Amino acid sequence: MTQQTLGKSAEGVRRKSSTSAVAKRAKRRLGQRISRRYYLTIAVLVFAGLIVVWWASTTFGLVSSLFLPTPQDVVKAVGQQSSNGELWSDMGASVYRIGVGYLIATVMSIPLGTLMGSSARWEAAIEPLMDFIRYMPVVAFVPLTILWVGTDDSQKFLIIWMGTFFQQVLLVSDAVRQVPNPLINLGETLGLSRGQILIRIVLPSSMPRVWDALRISLGWAWTWLVVAELVAATSGMGYRITVAQRYFATDVIIGYVLILGVLGLLFDQVMRALGRRFFSYQKGRTS
Amino acid sequence: MTERQTRVHISGLTKEFGEVTALNQIDLSLDENEFVSVVGRSGCGKSTLLSIIAGLEYPTEGTVLVDGEEVIGPGRDRGVVFQSATLLPWLTALGNVEFALRDEPMTKVARRDIAREYLNLVSLTGFEDAHPAQLSGGMQQRVALARSLSYNPSILLMDEPFGALDALTRREMQELLTQVWEKHKLTVMLVTHDIEEAVFTSDRVIVMTRRPGHIMADVPIELERPRHPSMIVSQKFREYYGELLGMIHNDVPAA
Repeated sequence: MTQQTLGKSAEGVRRKSSTSAVAKRAKRRLGQRISRRYYLTIAVLVFAGLIVVWWASTTFGLVSSLFLPTPQDVVKAVGQQSSNGELWSDMGASVYRIGVGYLIATVMSIPLGTLMGSSARWEAAIEPLMDFIRYMPVVAFVPLTILWVGTDDSQKFLIIWMGTFFQQVLLVSDAVRQVPNPLINLGETLGLSRGQILIRIVLPSSMPRVWDALRISLGWAWTWLVVAELVAATSGMGYRITVAQRYFATDVIIGYVLILGVLGLLFDQVMRALGRRFFSYQKGRTS
Repeated sequence: MTERQTRVHISGLTKEFGEVTALNQIDLSLDENEFVSVVGRSGCGKSTLLSIIAGLEYPTEGTVLVDGEEVIGPGRDRGVVFQSATLLPWLTALGNVEFALRDEPMTKVARRDIAREYLNLVSLTGFEDAHPAQLSGGMQQRVALARSLSYNPSILLMDEPFGALDALTRREMQELLTQVWEKHKLTVMLVTHDIEEAVFTSDRVIVMTRRPGHIMADVPIELERPRHPSMIVSQKFREYYGELLGMIHNDVPAA
């Protein structure tokens, strides 16, 4: 402990005495790390810069306010939507649809992806099919799904499921395939059956990568949700955008698009934080 | 000396990988509580031999008997320590040892006690709750050793277990392994390319030829027990070392 502090202060002294040398030496290098504060400053400046450009171009009449309303108008429109309650019910409907559709996809893709990643027979049976379906445009299925299940929530679930499930299966199987072989050998030498190895070793071992795959596919789920809601819905974020379009309420459209972005970012950050918590065992000795 | 029971009996063992013959007509027996090392150049098939005994690979010809029963796959009668520690990263050191005991009919408390006892045996008391990522390479390998010992296999198979460690840690681990073995007698087969390690730890050293590997020599090591690090510089030790090194270097069968 004392040695550590001593070491630190000695370093501090050395740093001070040779500031000029350091300044001369401080060439930027690829892969160089920066402090968190510096990182945040750059990120915030980029956002702020874009807002200023937006504000200036709309306020000084460079762009017609019909196409691009001013930031002030957008904030006002969102405030109005919020106070009349529409924003919250729209958001509630959308989050519910994502929740159900995405959950169904996840619950199906984890076991199927695990089987596919751990057995060549299952892989041969499923992977080519999944790969094929994955490249079919989900958007093109929207009219069909309306014919199949109508325009209620189950159609939204179906579209979200179609957009995420096939991608998830492939990502999960890839995560499972990366489980180190020696761990499987270990399970065998401990006398475990194949099923036990799958559940006790393969599944937990691939979990950090599976979680990453789930996080990424959650981002896509938002896209499919809005697609489904734009076409046929009576509530939700996408529905409000189509309604706003009818009245040329571009301020509402832009406000909702921005909120969708914030929601996506928020969910992503929550998933990241949960992942850090669940898989904290991966962190090595920090000192 | 009393007649000791044969634990492992290998006869006429040949392994081919397509065109390549990795092992050629291996005959070898390991007695109860015997510590046997197998040395040879890399690629001589010594690790393949160990994998076949472990049941992770299958011989092209010949048989392996463990306690009189033919090996037809992996099993709990044989404990394996791999070159990498193969710990489960989401479990603590204690959890990793307990993992091996999960299906044994015993209470949770008993399982925990056994796991603690074996971690203590490899001098890891105080690190029970550490995750593998927080342990050094040597400590990880000690957890793996404790795990393999915890369920009392008939034979412990070790495949270059210290090969990935730095020289000083390796020396420590060899001493620890020897101490553990002297306290907790069991049959061990250690595959290594480190001749010093083989002489220091073993009762017998098996020397293998280049590919196709077969047994060139079977050298009993008559150094007294308990072994002590100072023996490494003794004349007798150096003689064994020189003899074995010479054999591998010249790759000619011993007289």
